[in-house]
Amino acid sequence: MPAVSKGDGMRGLAVFISDIRNCKSKEAEIKRINKELANIRSKFKGDKALDGYSKKKYVCKLLFIFLLGHDIDFGHMEAVNLLSSNRYTEKQIGYLFISVLVNSNSELIRLINNAIKNDLASRNPTFMGLALHCIANVGSREMAEAFAGEIPKILVAGDTMDSVKQSAALCLLRLYRTSPDLVPMGDWTSRVVHLLNDQHLGVVTAATSLITTLAQKNPEEFKTSVSLAVSRLSRIVTSASTDLQDYTYYFVPAPWLSVKLLRLLQCYPPPEDPAVRGRLTECLETILNKAQEPPKSKKVQHSNAKNAVLFEAISLIIHHDSEPNLLVRACNQLGQFLQHRETNLRYLALESMCTLASSEFSHEAVKTHIETVINALKTERDVSVRQRAVDLLYAMCDRSNAQQIVAEMLNYLETADYSIREEIVLKVAILAEKYAVDYTWYVDTILNLIRIAGDYVSEEVWYRVIQIVINRDDVQGYAAKTVFEALQAPACHENLVKVGGYILGEFGNLIAGDPRSSPLIQFNLLHSKFHLCSVPTRALLLSTYIKFVNLFPEIKTTIQDVLRSDSQLKNADVELQQRAVEYLRLSTIASTDILATVLEEMPPFPERESSILAKLKKKKGPGTVTDLEEIKKERSSDMNGSAEPASVNASAVSTPSPSADLLGLGAAPLANSAPPPSSSGSLLVDVFSDSPSAVAPLAPGSDDNFARFVCKNNGVLFENQLLQIGLKSEFRQNLGRMFIFYGNKTSTQFLNFTPTVICSDDLQSSLNLQTKPVDPTVDGGAQVQQVVNIECVSDFMEAPILNIQFRYGGTFQNLSVKLPITLNKFFQPTEMSSQDFFQRWKQLSNPKQEVQNIFKAKHPMDAEITKAKIIGFGSALLEEVDPNPANFVGAGIIHTKTTQIGCLLRLEPNLQAQVSV
Amino acid sequence: RNLHLFFFLEKSFCWDNPSWLYVEIHFILLFSRQGKLRLQKWYTTLPDKEKKKIIREIVQIILSRNQKTSSFVDWKDLKLVYKRYASLYFCCAIEDQDNELLTLEVVHRYVELLDRYFGNVCELDIIFNFEKAYFILDEFIIGGEVQETSKRSAVKAIEDSDMLQETVEEYMNKPAF
Repeated sequence: MPAVSKGDGMRGLAVFISDIRNCKSKEAEIKRINKELANIRSKFKGDKALDGYSKKKYVCKLLFIFLLGHDIDFGHMEAVNLLSSNRYTEKQIGYLFISVLVNSNSELIRLINNAIKNDLASRNPTFMGLALHCIANVGSREMAEAFAGEIPKILVAGDTMDSVKQSAALCLLRLYRTSPDLVPMGDWTSRVVHLLNDQHLGVVTAATSLITTLAQKNPEEFKTSVSLAVSRLSRIVTSASTDLQDYTYYFVPAPWLSVKLLRLLQCYPPPEDPAVRGRLTECLETILNKAQEPPKSKKVQHSNAKNAVLFEAISLIIHHDSEPNLLVRACNQLGQFLQHRETNLRYLALESMCTLASSEFSHEAVKTHIETVINALKTERDVSVRQRAVDLLYAMCDRSNAQQIVAEMLNYLETADYSIREEIVLKVAILAEKYAVDYTWYVDTILNLIRIAGDYVSEEVWYRVIQIVINRDDVQGYAAKTVFEALQAPACHENLVKVGGYILGEFGNLIAGDPRSSPLIQFNLLHSKFHLCSVPTRALLLSTYIKFVNLFPEIKTTIQDVLRSDSQLKNADVELQQRAVEYLRLSTIASTDILATVLEEMPPFPERESSILAKLKKKKGPGTVTDLEEIKKERSSDMNGSAEPASVNASAVSTPSPSADLLGLGAAPLANSAPPPSSSGSLLVDVFSDSPSAVAPLAPGSDDNFARFVCKNNGVLFENQLLQIGLKSEFRQNLGRMFIFYGNKTSTQFLNFTPTVICSDDLQSSLNLQTKPVDPTVDGGAQVQQVVNIECVSDFMEAPILNIQFRYGGTFQNLSVKLPITLNKFFQPTEMSSQDFFQRWKQLSNPKQEVQNIFKAKHPMDAEITKAKIIGFGSALLEEVDPNPANFVGAGIIHTKTTQIGCLLRLEPNLQAQVSV
Repeated sequence: RNLHLFFFLEKSFCWDNPSWLYVEIHFILLFSRQGKLRLQKWYTTLPDKEKKKIIREIVQIILSRNQKTSSFVDWKDLKLVYKRYASLYFCCAIEDQDNELLTLEVVHRYVELLDRYFGNVCELDIIFNFEKAYFILDEFIIGGEVQETSKRSAVKAIEDSDMLQETVEEYMNKPAF
């Protein structure tokens, strides 16, 4: 029997709930429910009209059954009937049923909307409240279509009761979220802003939520809310704890409203008006001061409410990131919480400090807490708190403490919870690379990572260590020695075998002089792991073996014996079998010279993305820029005749298994990773290699992407884990238009999203850029587009910078990339005969009119690719002009507003890999 | 958080309302120590199947946590804030950057409202008067946002609706089926 039965107690319902609770088994429960459903169905279908009470009771029973987790497919019509009842409790149950069991039957929706319309017009505040709650609960597009125009009127009408205003404000907010296009902006918006001044704090609270959401989408229109919010906040924080009566919560004046106001202010930069700004600073100081006062109550509610306001104030201080004093004070106060006995406060302090660490003003202050945070990592019993400590260590890491932090994280990794290991591995890998002064330390760190948490080391991490070792010759010998030693362990992780196999295959010769790591010993060591490994790793090891044949001719026969064994030549796996057959053949027939060329050391890795490569492979043709891999493939097939997979430099060409594909190393470049020492991916980039004076530090890897755009107009300019920037552009004479696509890769909104194109003073005079503003919010998964109109006034050297700022989660993001608008975009090809060309060439005798550049080719040269690049560069490719058929000749006119510049180009490839322009 | 490396999270579902905006509370769940769900309130639209899956997952996560741990759990790209009152767990899912402490007090204020209405509320009250628990919640929170923080106003709205006090005799005269 229920403990309470007030007003409308439904005895039949109580009995039914008791019955269900008394059921001994799931089967009994289902049986009882089916019996009840049959009963209700027969009542609803019966000839006798049901009275309101019975209808309400049965609808309520259906609701109960649904909430138990069973499906309900009838009763909607009876619930709709209840909506038009004049008895409040019947109406209420009707609305509850409709809210919980939303139905898309259009006839039903029409009836529901009708009932809602009547209640909204009833001027009975309780009925209006019910109707508004129902709209907010359902929040469907149909509801928005029917009521989005009506609710703003109710909200701002002078005679609307306060409680209805509150419901209307939040109801409108819900509709705005689901269907912003259906909520008309208009006169009501300015009146809504003034609700911040309302007498009734409940109205202000609800209105602030609405305004915050509207302001996120339309910051300009709601700008006036800033000063109103500041003055309201100021009145609250300076009030005595009893002033606000009911709105004081455990001696804290209006904590909900305070937090909402502080959040509204986070939609905007610091107020420009000095008076408002001063008042806000005072408010924030008062909040910080009050947090230091002795508590007015021992209850946790008091401290929670007080600290909730404190943390929100700190969020605003961090958001503004402009008051060094406040930032440092905030940091100190959070520092006190780091050792608080309340786990919740320790957790939140760690979390808040993470964002403080990213501000230049408070970074140093955060760093002073390093020992406490490390201690938290070791002693906290709650994994969520330890996770926050890891985050904070990551955020406070810089060159001065990187070694300590990385060591502590590695330490923690040994015992860390499985759920966060992968994340820690990535963090360690990123920090080790970012702050490596000494690359031997980096190599040690990554090998430790593999040793401690090999299963959590993703491909990106071990790909990366190989990239770095290949690109830095000062660390290669050390890396070879270290992996060799690590491989001695009786049980080592397969990832270590991969790294070891790859590195020894490339650099095993550097340690072969030591009799303890002679070629044969290296080979035997690797081969002892072979049979324990998965197919992709074995494939990799086979490639290592053929590289050994080249590096160490003295063990050639041993290796051939292994390749020749049945377990290789007749391996059930096609890939392994093919490698064994082809490598064996290669080692038998190829001369030492050919072998040495085919198995040459890997060239340095540029950063790149495999998705773009895949696209390129599909449409090879003029205008497409070719990438390193393309060139390599071309070369290797040339070298080997038809036996494509036999080349080791393109070892995975025929491999379907992606994990063996070492050429895909750049497939997912690590976030924040520094660009490799050798950058530029294009042959001709050097012509424009003057680096611009960057306004903000350029995003890592962006240079490589920039280079790629010299000879093409469309593609992905930048990508990290949050954001992808794509470009489409077209140029004609001295004009151009560029579409920039910003894609939000997360499921969280970007707020205050502001991309700006910045030109240096020099550039401003020669390049006219017009950008259209973009929507300041970018929804999760959404893409927004920005158009840039370009006019080239005169010739220029540097490229404009695209700076992007936005808020993601609690953090402010700021990044810059070079926008690939280069002079050659305004190049128009010109055809001319050989005679014309050389006549003009000779006319350009003034030394200022000629630039000659001899550079070493970064990539192997292939005539077709070079031709494609010259066309992509913008000039005409003139065939049969130069007497030497090996040379390339191009001509074109650069169009600027002020002048047109003819331009002739000759490229003389030298077979010793020297090229001159 | 500063670092959202790759997408580790299994994206079994997405909060991908096309024009999705900041929501204070995504959903509220009440469940017993035995894992029985007593109340569910959703402020984002999801298919029933997803809801059931989420409920199972969250109940399991929270029941497996120790007493001494913090009241916050990272879950997908949201954060769960929970507190136990006697035999019942109250759990809210909020935005990662939202105010955790205040959410704890949202829960507390709701418990106070239930308490005020039922007089020393216990789990049985919520089982037998589940519809009242929903009505009280609606008076307090709309669309995931706190509507009325004054206890007096919120309770008054509910009590207004219970104008009729009935005697035990009247109640017993009602049909028992």
